Amino acid sequence: MRAGEAFEPVTYPLTRADLVAYAQASGDPNPIHQDEDVARSVGLPGVIAHGMLTLGLAGRAVAAWTDGAEVVELGCKFTNPVVVPADGAVEIVVAGSVKKVEDGLVTIALEVTCGDVKVLGMPKAVVRA
Amino acid sequence: MPVDQSLVGREFPPTPQREVSRADVDAFATALGGPAGDAVPPTYPIVLAFDAMNAFLAAEEIDLFRIIHGEQRFAYERPVRIGDQLTATLTVASLRQIGGADIIGTSSAIHDASGALVCTAKATLVHTAGAA
Repeated sequence: MRAGEAFEPVTYPLTRADLVAYAQASGDPNPIHQDEDVARSVGLPGVIAHGMLTLGLAGRAVAAWTDGAEVVELGCKFTNPVVVPADGAVEIVVAGSVKKVEDGLVTIALEVTCGDVKVLGMPKAVVRA
Repeated sequence: MPVDQSLVGREFPPTPQREVSRADVDAFATALGGPAGDAVPPTYPIVLAFDAMNAFLAAEEIDLFRIIHGEQRFAYERPVRIGDQLTATLTVASLRQIGGADIIGTSSAIHDASGALVCTAKATLVHTAGAA
């Protein structure tokens, strides 16, 4: 991997059923990810995906691009909610490029969007080269 | 009700040890749409950090549904492996109020059974206080 190298963006669909599965598997029962009324009561536009589900998808993309390289750092801000409708799916698109390669570590700048809106702020992964 | 400022710097007790089992990791990986039987996903330590956060919220009588995840950073000393026995110890790193919301900075140190640090999970939690 070289600095400037761009990876092929990956698209992941998300449905309400995915939120239920993620809630069970991760142990996060927060009803803002399941219940429209609760989500609205705390000022959200509707049921939103777990931020960690979106970051988890970004982690999947990194693993696919780097052939499962060891991840040393992973993080982001959750800047815009991913609103998931009761019916149908939304699409999360994960793009990324190599920002720098230094001391055996590869820093990957990510861009994670849903409907052309950036949902993660400065998402970044560092993997072992 | 705003969160008590004296919380800053407080360390909460370690969470009960949790074994990283093949079944739990596969459930987590497939919930992310990935295959079972693969390496532990890098976001898996959130399960431990979430245990620690829940204990913290319970101790401070904060409702989970009023919490929105603002930021998450993982720094790994080594990959998490199947069979690891992990605990998470949460420290409140920072606390500020913006527009009626508490912005709570937490850091959870995740250790294995030998006491070695495996991962540090830093989370910013946004607590939207209700009228009650």
